[in-house]
Amino acid sequence: MEFLNGLVFLTNFVIIPATAYGAQLALGALGITLVYAILRFSNFAHGDTMAFGTAVAIKITAGLVALGVTLGPLPTALLALPIAIIVTGLLLLGTDWLIYKFYREQKAKPVILVIVSLGVMFVMNGLTRVFIGVRDIQFTDGARFVITVRQFRDATGLDEGLAIRTTQAITLVTAVIVMAALFWFLNRTRTGKSMRAFSDNEDLALLSGIDPDRVVRVTWLIVAALATTAGVLYGLDKSFKAFTYFQLLLPMFAAAIVGGIGNPVGAIVGGFLIAFAEVTITYPLKKVLTYWLPESMAPEGLVQLMSGDYKFAVSFMILIIVLLFRPTGLFKGQSI
Amino acid sequence: MNKLMMATAATALFAGQAFAAAHTGDVKIGIVLGFTGPLESITPAMGAGADLAIAEMNEAGTLLDGASVTAVRADSTCIDAGAATAAAEGLVTGEGVNAIMGADCSGVTGAILQNVARPNGIVMISPSATSPGLSDAEDDGLFFRTAPSDARQGVVMTDILNDRGITEVALTYTNNDYGKGLADSFQAAFEGAGGTVTISAAHEDGKGDYSSEVAALAAAGGEVLVVAGYTDQGGKGIIQNALDTGAFDTFVLPDGMVGQQLVDDIGDGLTGSFGQFPGTDSAGAEIFQTMAEEAGFDGTGAFAPESYDAAALIMLAMEAAGSNQSSDFKDHVMDVANAPGTEIFPGELAKAVELLKAGEDIDYVGATAVELIGPGESAGNYREIEIQDGEITTVNFR
Repeated sequence: MEFLNGLVFLTNFVIIPATAYGAQLALGALGITLVYAILRFSNFAHGDTMAFGTAVAIKITAGLVALGVTLGPLPTALLALPIAIIVTGLLLLGTDWLIYKFYREQKAKPVILVIVSLGVMFVMNGLTRVFIGVRDIQFTDGARFVITVRQFRDATGLDEGLAIRTTQAITLVTAVIVMAALFWFLNRTRTGKSMRAFSDNEDLALLSGIDPDRVVRVTWLIVAALATTAGVLYGLDKSFKAFTYFQLLLPMFAAAIVGGIGNPVGAIVGGFLIAFAEVTITYPLKKVLTYWLPESMAPEGLVQLMSGDYKFAVSFMILIIVLLFRPTGLFKGQSI
Repeated sequence: MNKLMMATAATALFAGQAFAAAHTGDVKIGIVLGFTGPLESITPAMGAGADLAIAEMNEAGTLLDGASVTAVRADSTCIDAGAATAAAEGLVTGEGVNAIMGADCSGVTGAILQNVARPNGIVMISPSATSPGLSDAEDDGLFFRTAPSDARQGVVMTDILNDRGITEVALTYTNNDYGKGLADSFQAAFEGAGGTVTISAAHEDGKGDYSSEVAALAAAGGEVLVVAGYTDQGGKGIIQNALDTGAFDTFVLPDGMVGQQLVDDIGDGLTGSFGQFPGTDSAGAEIFQTMAEEAGFDGTGAFAPESYDAAALIMLAMEAAGSNQSSDFKDHVMDVANAPGTEIFPGELAKAVELLKAGEDIDYVGATAVELIGPGESAGNYREIEIQDGEITTVNFR
């Protein structure tokens, strides 16, 4: 019983939140890694692409709710997601046509494209704020919980409770579906294979008749889908504020690089690794140990490795350690 | 030669006029509040409070023998000291304000005081900067606040917890001057009274995910969670997450966390939580609320009455000094705020001006029972509140 209580406590505060957060980071990191693999630059505008996509989804959700269309227990935003993806896709294609295309034709160095993407980031930043404002917006509706703390306690008779939010469950399910679809697309379809070929060796791909413009277009559309999905899931789970998406850029890049940038599997593993590290390293084990250890050995202090203030530093420490020993990341990505 | 004489005479004439205008001409008061940023949901009522005092004075039209008062607003952003300094500097050098009502957050208030108010010799009265650090700041006698220092709030919060029989709390604070100052003063007072603070953890504003912070707070445990944060930033995120995971059911809300917006956003989960923010049961508070209602804003909003008082004090001190120059009236702020003299309530600014003109003393009570102590800060009366049925209800005064 004591052991179960400790386990439930740990699950409620560490495993469930970290898993949901990890899935959101992984989806974001996948977008970054795809741009890096195929277009060959680090896209700093990715966080703000997520914010823009989410903002569009929020507007559409508001419209749907006003029309009386809802999804019952599920958030209405899921219904708005496909349209938001299309709008974001058009924005990215427009950005590419207006800005990135010029530099690609110049055969500009990756570092120049990185700075260009920084500029795009500021413009998108402003665009999102003009479009939806800076306020904190909650747009989740439907049932809030799959199971609440009280229901769990009543059902199991344990002292500790466990809560699973609907948005956390949806995040995981959607993330798995999106990842499966992405891998199927990259490995099984003709377009997907042409993208991988383009990523491996651009010149050879061009020689074998692959249309580079088509590859670029498809990449941006997939990136739009990944970014909007990640953004909407994050916003549903927490709340939407333009500024928080900008701050997500750091952990997402850390996830992509730790996993091996340019490698989709690496991005997913990296996302979960960073999320779990952020939550567990700053987690005080006092209460769990009190449950698990015999009473005489129960700890007095908090048994906390690091105070919560250092949360951001954790991502960077992992990043540095991994890059020191495996410069290409955990899964063999491209070296930077 | 004739022309030179003319020119000299004209110059002297203009200079004389300019000189006169500087002393008894129209009055400009800068209102520096965080109209954007972490406090953007409570600053509109604060600004309206200051405007109410100014409108009242203009209606009477007797201040400094018929000077009209204008308010000029600027954005302090609450968190960006550079932007706040630039905004205040613009008010002083560009608009030529005679005094500043502001700023709101402690960090930017300290920055404006040191970088703008002291170099230019401009009086500042802040309605809401509560950091204990400002009590000892060098101010050349220019800085006052109608809000009490958080050293006092820490003691009041301890009293409230003791009365409710709570001896073990977890504490989280927003990582800035205000949060850290309040958390430290509360922890000292609470532990001094025999209570236990299981953990004192900072949180950063402007993030979406607070699960690791809540995980740490939950692991440390405690009967209630004290959240020294802001209503629309990390404070709200922490409470939402703690409720969802069942980490805490009851929250203690200091002044920065008391706002109807928070209650509306969180909903039922907040029922039973309690806290305190500056306020009194003096007759002034009710008069002010009626006036605010007529003017169309929420008079119970945190720091709205303090803002009215800050603006009123600036104008009354000017009248007492017979000048709108900060260097002249800075020494009169304490005189008009404190006894002896006739008590002045909100809505009686015209009467106060008449008394001052007649050479009598006044004791400005205002909306918050103003009593300035020590280095020119409010002695500190608090309103103990509890959230009941989605409303902020006042249960006691301390």
